[in-house]
Amino acid sequence: AVVSTQSTGDDTCTTLVLHKEDHTLGNVLRHMLVKNPEVEFAGYSIPHPSEEKINLRIQTYETPCLSVMYRALDDTMEVCDHVLDEIDRAEEEWKRAQK
Amino acid sequence: AVVSTQSTGNKIHLDVHTVRNTEDTRYPGTYTGYDDSWDFAKFRNNFKIRIIRREEREIEFDMIGIDTPIANAFRRILLAEVPTMAIEEVFLQNNTSVIQDEVLCHRLGLLPIMVDPRLFDMKGKGDKAEERNTLQFKLKMRCKRNKKAPTDTTNADELYCNSKLYTRNVEWEPLGSQKEWLKGGVKFSHDDILINVLRPGQELDMTMHAVKGIGSDHAKFSPVATATYRLLPEIQLLREFRGAAAEKLRSCFSPGVIEIEEGRAVVKDARLDSGSREVL
Repeated sequence: AVVSTQSTGDDTCTTLVLHKEDHTLGNVLRHMLVKNPEVEFAGYSIPHPSEEKINLRIQTYETPCLSVMYRALDDTMEVCDHVLDEIDRAEEEWKRAQK
Repeated sequence: AVVSTQSTGNKIHLDVHTVRNTEDTRYPGTYTGYDDSWDFAKFRNNFKIRIIRREEREIEFDMIGIDTPIANAFRRILLAEVPTMAIEEVFLQNNTSVIQDEVLCHRLGLLPIMVDPRLFDMKGKGDKAEERNTLQFKLKMRCKRNKKAPTDTTNADELYCNSKLYTRNVEWEPLGSQKEWLKGGVKFSHDDILINVLRPGQELDMTMHAVKGIGSDHAKFSPVATATYRLLPEIQLLREFRGAAAEKLRSCFSPGVIEIEEGRAVVKDARLDSGSREVL
């Protein structure tokens, strides 16, 4: 997914255009961004359903918005890794319970 | 003063005509005194997966302590972005059956192939079909009249040989060294999927190439028949129900949700509830 930035003079707000992405990533990133207390506003939209593109708007109080974006992506990866571990553990538990 | 770090948020409420509280409010700033910011340590402590039911081709499990955007993302990825192998190109030498070429090929594409797609690479537009990106199958059948059939049957299976073509009639032709690293051979998920029907004199001769793809490209590549999730319902009885009222309450819900214990209606298993609001 190619990402392009359209931002104004200061680095506390930006609109990112993520190509080849949809609600799958957009809603997750929005959720992780809003969970961050340094973020003033975060939202995403799909400009037209025929184009595979999302607009992700981030506004922060003080921290640079791209660093907040990286943090949201890292947090998402952390969650996914943990869910994977947990599925393995649940599988083990299921197998043991079957015996 | 911070009361406790995470609020309990609000719950989705089903009324007679409306659904309330559908927005997730557990974000920093919604509730004063609570810190709802993302905390991986808390997530890791609370998160649990519990498998409820596990069959050969079906699984039902609970994810406790996860937020809906992430659960929904998993569901969407299962449907659209987990790769599988499916037949993409069909080389027809001869098709004198009643089914049109394109209809037959469309059906072939939808046949599920039992092979681990992680062993294969995606085939790009200009790539040659070789052992690492393609599976080759062949089907060649000719229908003949069965000379030994009893004279008074009308059963097609007895009158003709090879009149019904199933997935078990399809042969896998290993390319290159596939025989070594695809031990056990490659089959379809079911042996008895009907592909085509022939009558005497009709013939089907084709070679099929299967490649790796994802569901967002074509639904034939979707590995799941379906993947769904729902929020576990919570049913609270606001007063005691006895006798005829308890029976009536039980009939308002799906079977198994409400049971009568010691004369009183009790919520036995809210999971079985289908969400019909008949009780309201």
